[in-house]
Amino acid sequence: MVAAPESEPAVLDVRALARAFGRVRALDGVDFSLRRGDVLAVFGPNGAGKSTLLRILAGILRADRGDVLLGGARFDRTDPAQRRRIGLIAHASLCYDFLTAAENLEFYARLYGLADPPGAALGALASVGLADRAASWAVTMSRGMLQRLAIARALLHEPELVLLDEPFTGLDQAAAATLRAELERLRERRGAVVLVTHNVEEGLELATHVAIQVRGRFAELGPRPTDAAAFRARYAAAVARG
Amino acid sequence: MTDLARAERARTRSTGVVLLGLVSIAAASVRALAFTPLEVSQGAAQKIFYVHVPSAWVAFLAYFLVGGCSILYFFLRDPRLDRLAASAAEVGTVFITGVLLTGPIWAKPIWGVWWTWDVRLTSTLFLWFVFFGYLVLRSAVTEPGQRARFSAVLGILGALLVPFIHVSVYLFRTVHPAPVVLNVRGPQLPGTMLLTLLLSLGAFTVLFAGLLWRRYAEAALEDARGADGDDGAR
Amino acid sequence: MGNVIAQALVIAAKDLRLEFRTRTAFVSALAFTALVLAIFNFARDPTAVAAIDMAPGILWITFCFAGLLGLNRAFALERENRAIDGLMLAPVSRTALYLGKLLGNLAFVGLVEAVALPLFALFFNVPLWPILAPLLGVIALATIGFAALGTLLSAIAVNTRFAELMLPVLMLPFLVPPITAAVQVTSRLFAGRPMDEMAAWLKLLVGYDIVVLAAAILVFDFTLDE
Repeated sequence: MVAAPESEPAVLDVRALARAFGRVRALDGVDFSLRRGDVLAVFGPNGAGKSTLLRILAGILRADRGDVLLGGARFDRTDPAQRRRIGLIAHASLCYDFLTAAENLEFYARLYGLADPPGAALGALASVGLADRAASWAVTMSRGMLQRLAIARALLHEPELVLLDEPFTGLDQAAAATLRAELERLRERRGAVVLVTHNVEEGLELATHVAIQVRGRFAELGPRPTDAAAFRARYAAAVARG
Repeated sequence: MTDLARAERARTRSTGVVLLGLVSIAAASVRALAFTPLEVSQGAAQKIFYVHVPSAWVAFLAYFLVGGCSILYFFLRDPRLDRLAASAAEVGTVFITGVLLTGPIWAKPIWGVWWTWDVRLTSTLFLWFVFFGYLVLRSAVTEPGQRARFSAVLGILGALLVPFIHVSVYLFRTVHPAPVVLNVRGPQLPGTMLLTLLLSLGAFTVLFAGLLWRRYAEAALEDARGADGDDGAR
Repeated sequence: MGNVIAQALVIAAKDLRLEFRTRTAFVSALAFTALVLAIFNFARDPTAVAAIDMAPGILWITFCFAGLLGLNRAFALERENRAIDGLMLAPVSRTALYLGKLLGNLAFVGLVEAVALPLFALFFNVPLWPILAPLLGVIALATIGFAALGTLLSAIAVNTRFAELMLPVLMLPFLVPPITAAVQVTSRLFAGRPMDEMAAWLKLLVGYDIVVLAAAILVFDFTLDE
């Protein structure tokens, strides 16, 4: 997959990644590379190991085997500088119910060592259209608003690699639009994105590259298909094969 | 040889060791009952000494095994260490229970009460609780990696803190008969009794080793069967 | 190093702010403490035993059980919306996470003790003023060990199904040293005994605290390492 000059190291390099939970092999050898501006959409049925892949890339889970390289350097989960380059948007908001939106973001701003945490928090809220809800407790927010808060939280520290785990699930129009806009902004900023989703439409619309993950492996990996219908057919077939 | 076959062979061999242990204990018991003189002040009740003390010895063997394996797992993360620790904990709990049962059986005729809060029995009671906590924790965590990690942490805590528990209990009170073998003035036991005790110790150790090996083999068997089963659907 | 402390303080501050907002755990722990102390008054024969004899034991059992109630909050808090993932994602060392949770637990248990102690003096008619300083000292020592151990074990227990039951089962055997020591020192303080009678117990307490704290910090990363 080449979208940038060869001389530049890939943002993300994944080689032979594997992870088992007891007897279950959630990831069984995954390889791919992402360059700046790439958006990789990973499609797959439940249990394919997509969340496991993301959690390893996020540094939350350790891999049994294989390598992850961030900007050419080995990804060390304990290295704060590397962790700072990654952002994760999951379907849980990762926010605290009884803190306000601003307080939630300020907390993370402090943990990420940002200058002027309150300012950064308010700025992030404004960019996702939640400026008027800065003083609202997270528990009072709708799912759509919470997801926008989660987006703000994830992108607060301007990561270059953004991981999304089924982010469009249950979103209203406004939140979905915000998410798409943020992803576009990220592409412009020359970051890289791994997007795990069920939603073939959304995924194909945003992606530069696609992968189909089944039972811990990539059954297909390549640039965005021009023929969506054929892709859907291949996806259905891959899922049926199991 | 596959893991499965190796585990099955281990199971068979370990059963042999278990039987050997049981036979040795039977032999030692015969010697204790029929061929070892009665103790002057305690009479026949003292005979339980030859079961009580070796059980305690094995219990502490198990304790060191669990602690050692836990510490090693912290550095090496080898699932076999976790398997060994778990097996030692299970088998060890049996022997600790033995100490706690034979203690009162011995105490009643000698001191007139079933239970006194003397140092060694109390420490053993708390050791039992620590082992129990270990087993309960393992049963409450399903994911094997997490279970191994949590168990190792508990094992490390046990290794470090059980001595503190013992010191606390010791500072609190002392009633137990002074140690007869591990005594600073040298073993206080007459020759024949010492020999019987040592034979009992050996027999119990063999039984423990056999049970430990057997339990370990069972666990290895389970893991081997599981790993094979997973590939079937591919 | 300074960064670790700074991050720990940020985490502790967040926890305390959340606790203050909802207040459920703290208020429940206080109510529990008052009830236990009151019930202890009825769980004895007033003519047979002087209150002062049983007082140290009652005080420490009350502290212990009220403290146990509060320990699980620290990590249970992070289960809502999977906030723990956010903490693991952030460039926060696990040591900072442990210390932050520890500080939160110390504050919680400390606050409960601060209310329980006067209540205890009131219910059992025990004069605390003459021995207040050394008493606070031994309370501080025992609480540190308690919280250090509890923070580690609750991080484990919160991942099991019956966390509220699992934590005491795991913790109580290991609490024998600090509680025994604390009760022994407290009762000698009440009886006006000289300090050197308590020396051994205090040494035990300090040694225990050091070992538990060091061990917890060393293994915490490993504990949470998925």
